[in-house]
Amino acid sequence: MKELLEGSRAVAEAVKLCKPGVISAYPITPQTHIVEELAQMVASGELDSQFINVESEHSAASVVLGAVATGVRAFTATSSQGLLYMGEVVFNIAGMRLPLVMTCANRAISAPINIWNDQQDSISLRDAGWIQLYAENNQEVVDFHLMGYRISEDKSMMLPVMVCMDGFILTHGMEMVDMPEQEKVGIFLPPYQPLYKLDPAFPISMGLLADPDYYMETRFAIKETLKDALQFIPKVALEFKNIFGRDYKDCLVEEYHTKDAEKVIVAMGSVCGTIKEVVDEFRKKGKKIGLLRIISFRPFPYQRVYEILKDIPRVAVLDKSVSLGAYSPLAIEIKAAFAGKKKAPQAISSFVAGLGGRDITPESIKDILRKLTQKEIDLEFIDLKPELLKESYGD
Amino acid sequence: METDTLFKPGHTACAGCGQAIGAKLVIESAGPNTIVVNNTGCLEVFSAKYPESAWNVPWIHSLFENAAAVASGVEAALIYLGKKANTNVIAQGGDGSTADIGLQALSGMLERGHDILYVCYDNEAYMNTGVQRSGLTPFSSATTTSPVGAKSFGNIRPKKPMPEIALAHGIPYMATCSSAFMQDIQRKIKKALSIKGPKYIQMHVPCPLGWRHESELTLQVAKLAVETGLYPIVEYENGVLISKGEITPKPVEEYLKVQGRFKHLLTNPEAIKQIQDIADYNIQKYGLKKEG
Repeated sequence: MKELLEGSRAVAEAVKLCKPGVISAYPITPQTHIVEELAQMVASGELDSQFINVESEHSAASVVLGAVATGVRAFTATSSQGLLYMGEVVFNIAGMRLPLVMTCANRAISAPINIWNDQQDSISLRDAGWIQLYAENNQEVVDFHLMGYRISEDKSMMLPVMVCMDGFILTHGMEMVDMPEQEKVGIFLPPYQPLYKLDPAFPISMGLLADPDYYMETRFAIKETLKDALQFIPKVALEFKNIFGRDYKDCLVEEYHTKDAEKVIVAMGSVCGTIKEVVDEFRKKGKKIGLLRIISFRPFPYQRVYEILKDIPRVAVLDKSVSLGAYSPLAIEIKAAFAGKKKAPQAISSFVAGLGGRDITPESIKDILRKLTQKEIDLEFIDLKPELLKESYGD
Repeated sequence: METDTLFKPGHTACAGCGQAIGAKLVIESAGPNTIVVNNTGCLEVFSAKYPESAWNVPWIHSLFENAAAVASGVEAALIYLGKKANTNVIAQGGDGSTADIGLQALSGMLERGHDILYVCYDNEAYMNTGVQRSGLTPFSSATTTSPVGAKSFGNIRPKKPMPEIALAHGIPYMATCSSAFMQDIQRKIKKALSIKGPKYIQMHVPCPLGWRHESELTLQVAKLAVETGLYPIVEYENGVLISKGEITPKPVEEYLKVQGRFKHLLTNPEAIKQIQDIADYNIQKYGLKKEG
């Protein structure tokens, strides 16, 4: 049924459809509406779940870790400082091969403190062993939560999934969302059947110390599983399409007018909506512009990226995050996709925009397209304010 | 016999480890329908190094400071599954992971009212990392980060009052105990698990390595801590003191002199007096002195 919903409400509705037995919550803007909605659902008896108000994000992640280890589907959501604060638990959940879905309402990182959107938070935890899916709109946010549990809990995966949604832009944005029916969700996502759990009837030990004789293989195993996920995520997307009708193709990337494009922008998340508008405008004028949207940042679909971009003359990578002291994170991956390959774009230029919630307007995108010449740009910040830079650096 | 035990032999604890004695008593008293959540620390390392585990109950270790929070999730999951009524949940850790880095998670667990027993094995320093000072290291004790020197008499502060901090959460049961008094441990674990809600038990467990005493003296040293009044044994139910370990107080020197960590004090009557004052304060506060 199509409904006009705030993004956070849509997440809560999607989570409710997945029937988690334990939800842990700690407030942080702009994630808070999600857990508020879930708290109300539990309070009013719509959702049968243990709702635990914890004293920190570190404990929010620890509570869901304990719940999943006991064999119960669980949910939590966070953002920014909260994600960093729970960082060691985030690594721990993946290392212990516990399936989970967590929403990250993407927000900038302090200092300076800033509650607005960029993607520095989840990007900073890209190496934790989680699957990271970046949504463009709230329909995807809903669908990725359903697919997230399906992927995460599959016995071939047993890895957590982070659904990344741009803070405020999506969490607080009102959009029409086609909410899946409970009956169909039940078919797509059966109750969680744990491979291993804490159960006095069959005692096991979890979270053991692994010395140099054993540690490396655990990391290798996660790497291999994430490689397999590049095959498995498309399978789940196909199952999803067959049941719900929405087609995410391989659900690793989205191609938008890339086939004959002369210039392609690569980006993630809600900014892709703005980029699509600009692409449409340029296409009407006969200009061959395209967009490659990365949905799955982890695992990163290098081969798909290579195939899509190998014959594109000019590529712009637009990051809403930075890896200070290096190329920007998405640009690093795009460049890596062509390392040692025979074919490659003439130029892969890297742009950073929208940090700390600065608007990325159609004009920002056009600015990037204008700068996309044969000369590769290493790393350029878009929409900087010269008057503020002058204060910092002088003339 | 060995196959029936819930904490199996063959682990790698040091000879005379008070924590190993305590942990075995705790789980054997709790019984097989128990899920154990362990903080990082000596106990976790010596009992569960892949591919071996001493635990014959479901056991999980996540991180240094989050056992209380992980246990909260375990308990919530058991309630959801309808299995809480016949399953105990025990969270446990050392003094560092309880009183310092894990205090926030523990406070959250106690405040939220989870039906969990938290056991703190207090060996009075970070032993797993090589005897560094913790919030439960006693006054004047020498550790590797509170060493003795021309300008130092060891640890500058008394023990953090963890039992009182736990009690201040309004929990239904709080007790201290000592590895020297095994039946008392067994009784308190069983009693705690018979009560619904958050429970806190703090157990004094000597560490021959960190305290620098002979490994065969573990129980004797633990006993002296109680008999001098330096480690009061108390038991509170619903905030009321219901039992205490009464003593005929011995001078604190008897406890101090058998341990290397206090060796520097023995030639200093002033320093010994300060520690005797702590013992006297405890004895008076809890009325520990045996009548007659």
